[in-house]
Amino acid sequence: MKFGVVIFPGSNCDHDAYYALAENLGKNTTYLWHQSEDLQNCDAIILPGGFSYGDYLRTGAIARFSPVMRAVAKFAGSGGLVMGICNGFQILVEAGLLPGALLRNRNLRFVCRTVHLRTETAKTPFTAELRPGELLAMPVAHGEGSYYCDPATLADLQREDRIVFRYASPSGEIDEEANPNGSLENIAGIVSEGRNVLGMMPHPERAADPLMGSTDGLRIFASMASHLARSARSESVRLAGLVRQTL
Amino acid sequence: MAAITADLISQHQLSEQEYESILRLLGREPTITELGIFSVMWSEHCSYKSSRIHLKKLFTQGPRVLAGPGENAGVVDIGSGYAVAFKIESHNHPSFIEPFQGAATGVGGILRDIFTMGARPIAVMDSLRFGPVGRGAGDAAPDAARNRRILEGVVGGIAHYGNCFGVPTVGGECVFEPCYSGNPLVNVFALGVFRRDEIFYARASGIGNPVIYVGAKTGRDGIHGASMASAEFGEQSMEKRPNVQVGDPFLEKLLLEACLEAMQTGAVVGIQDMGAAGLTCSTCEMGARAGTGIEIDLMHVPQRESGMTPYEIMLSESQERMLLVAERGREEEIFRIFRKWGLDAATIGQVTGDGKLRVKDHGNVVAEIPNAALADQAPLYRRPAAAPFRRAPLDGPAIVPRSGRQLSEDLAALVASADICSKRYIWEQYDYTVRTNTIQGPGADAAVVRIKETGTSIAMSLDGNGRYCYLGPREGARLAVAECCRNISCVGAEPVAATNCLNFGNPERPEIMGQFIEAIEGMGEACRFFGVPITGGNVSLYNETLGEPIYPTPVIGVIGLMPTRRPPPMWFQNPGRKIVLLGGLLPGAADQWERRFGSSQFAKVILGKLWGLPPALDMDYEQRVQRAAREMIGRGLVESVHDISDGGLAVAVAESSFGPARIGARLDVESGGLPLPYLLFHEAPSRVLVSAEAAHLQAILEIAARYGIDAPVIGETAAGELTFAINGLPLLAAPVDALYQAWAGALRA
Repeated sequence: MKFGVVIFPGSNCDHDAYYALAENLGKNTTYLWHQSEDLQNCDAIILPGGFSYGDYLRTGAIARFSPVMRAVAKFAGSGGLVMGICNGFQILVEAGLLPGALLRNRNLRFVCRTVHLRTETAKTPFTAELRPGELLAMPVAHGEGSYYCDPATLADLQREDRIVFRYASPSGEIDEEANPNGSLENIAGIVSEGRNVLGMMPHPERAADPLMGSTDGLRIFASMASHLARSARSESVRLAGLVRQTL
Repeated sequence: MAAITADLISQHQLSEQEYESILRLLGREPTITELGIFSVMWSEHCSYKSSRIHLKKLFTQGPRVLAGPGENAGVVDIGSGYAVAFKIESHNHPSFIEPFQGAATGVGGILRDIFTMGARPIAVMDSLRFGPVGRGAGDAAPDAARNRRILEGVVGGIAHYGNCFGVPTVGGECVFEPCYSGNPLVNVFALGVFRRDEIFYARASGIGNPVIYVGAKTGRDGIHGASMASAEFGEQSMEKRPNVQVGDPFLEKLLLEACLEAMQTGAVVGIQDMGAAGLTCSTCEMGARAGTGIEIDLMHVPQRESGMTPYEIMLSESQERMLLVAERGREEEIFRIFRKWGLDAATIGQVTGDGKLRVKDHGNVVAEIPNAALADQAPLYRRPAAAPFRRAPLDGPAIVPRSGRQLSEDLAALVASADICSKRYIWEQYDYTVRTNTIQGPGADAAVVRIKETGTSIAMSLDGNGRYCYLGPREGARLAVAECCRNISCVGAEPVAATNCLNFGNPERPEIMGQFIEAIEGMGEACRFFGVPITGGNVSLYNETLGEPIYPTPVIGVIGLMPTRRPPPMWFQNPGRKIVLLGGLLPGAADQWERRFGSSQFAKVILGKLWGLPPALDMDYEQRVQRAAREMIGRGLVESVHDISDGGLAVAVAESSFGPARIGARLDVESGGLPLPYLLFHEAPSRVLVSAEAAHLQAILEIAARYGIDAPVIGETAAGELTFAINGLPLLAAPVDALYQAWAGALRA
């Protein structure tokens, strides 16, 4: 299996995502330059954090027009795994691959701190190895991470079990103090209707190494890897079945 | 062509004698473009004309030093084939005029100094000084609102630039004194890592090699920024607004990636960033270092405004630009990379053999000056020096007895005071975890950043104390070096090298020059003693407004090496641990203790006064305490480590109780006959607070004895409470939570 980390001009967490996947998780990983539509047979695509295109216009607004995003949209449309972290989440939202918007933090300042996330659903490829209610610790670092969507969208997200992570207190309470940016319903991460596209503001790649104080983020990547392995296995089982049928 | 009048010369901040020198060096009158070039290259900021003679007294040699003062940054070998480049720079004057952009471009400039040598920046720290912002005991001020605005702008600017560029801001300091009201100090440190055999220098080598301009287009911003930094502020200072440069961190990030990629091709012969004095400085300095000349034609310079004159193009301080010299014939390899990253790259000239800076405009020569005249032959002054300026008395008020309740209140006031309170409000605006190398970030004694390639880590800290230096510049400078090394030792790292930023007033005043010389000599002595060579740094003079100078404020940045591991935290971790005060209650002789108390935070915050002398430093004793601490940490004997500085013992114990578990302490110390305020709050150096399991106490005391340092056991950790007993008698008690709230909330908006 292969993971791809997209680099836009101004991405600055690409090296971190690569390191988490290649070194901490030990998986085959490659960089994908924004100008190319070739996803190099990657099985999962990461849109990393940073300030793509300098956040000119709006965060993520320009990145979504790049050639690589055409390929990512097609890939996502056919069920491929895509994860957008921080600026990556902003890009997915601008590209229409996820609903809602990321607004300026409520206190109008950049905030860098460790937050706790409550896992709201294990029914995604990104959280299959976690338990609902399980708490993860990892850093946020953003100036525009306040998730907003209209009531109809929120109703959809709730009904379809598509809110994946919420900011919580260390004891698991969903309260205002735990919310670093004013996000609606303390939403920190969501998935698409097809459940194969995840966007999250916190940085799992910064919680993938014991030296960094937490490896909770690694478990999200590990869930993805397990899902890919299962799919590959079920795919080869399916193919084997097809082959047997023709014999 | 404009006539060179006396008025024009003085507007360019050149003295009559300096102009005479120019006439002699050129053998004729200069053109207006040449006048502009001389004015910036011979400004204090670029030429260091008042300080160069004295900088020679600094200790700059060491076995690990690969590049010392004079290069874009200092370089130190860290083993395993790798090296780090690091330096600190000031952006004081621009940060007063336009705080956000002044501070932002300060970050941009120091980052370029690092990656122009081929190192990828991996950490930034900032040392900030403002006038009082009107919170906390003893710091109300008429300019509070303006100082607050400056603070917000500066912090916002540093955050904006560092976060977007993608480098973690991992530490620093923030201090408040009235003298910085009109002259805030913004000193920014950056460190980068590279292979020791891939260091790039700023030399224009190889006659006939192309000179290539890369990065942002040139505009009219920042013209005469170097001269602005070389003069005091007067009544009309706000008109200097157009002199402040505007930064684009996104562009700098692209520039970083493109430069590092270009350097990998082997086609880059030399490279220098365009900082102060932009194109002027980079061309003549690269030529001077290589002994060659550079000829450029300004028609090739990418410009974002129309109708720019040669004068404007040469003096522009537009940001995010580099000048590189490439191997002739290999230009396209470089252009391809810059095109990939969407940046301008244009050949603007070539290296010559005549040692001159020759500037053409559409083929016509508009300036022709020997490089040496601009660089090495810049004026060198031995300015008259007198006794260091100070207006504070030697003796202060008698220290009257204070009750336990009063001392409790004093402690609460001190932890909430401007210099001591939590700076989380500031550093939470900085991304301190990007690049996943930050083992220990802001809020600790020293930051620790790992180097993935080597399995080792770099500890770093910035320290200065203008108050101490005002009362005794030599001793104050030595104390700053000692404290910085102590901070490094307290995370278990060995200090190996340093950089310095010397912030002073007007050097044309002998009493300020006196401060400068004393401070440099003190710093040199201490760096030599502690084995931390100064590999580079910055001098910022003329920090005065309407004749009022800042305190002499040398700031030192020390880096240390350690294996990659989490250091013991500064907070108490568990109740029931023994607390040992390495160094003892009163290191050294208690000579002139009444006078030395006048430099303390207690005197500043509780008494509202300044008098006397800085604390006394015994460098040998200090070194032994640091070595002892490092050995204890290395052997895993201690659970928490925190050095004692501002606010003395009581504040250090309080700070040690502010961890997530809020574990406090029950202390019982011997008074030795000293007055209680002094005992609790004096700031003698060479003291480190450690806590440890009782089982390790024997080993700890054995190490202390071996290094010949005092190490009294002063108490035990205890959940939630902080109590002091003196000679067995209870003196004061404070609930940790209340102290924590006072400390944590003091600086919020």
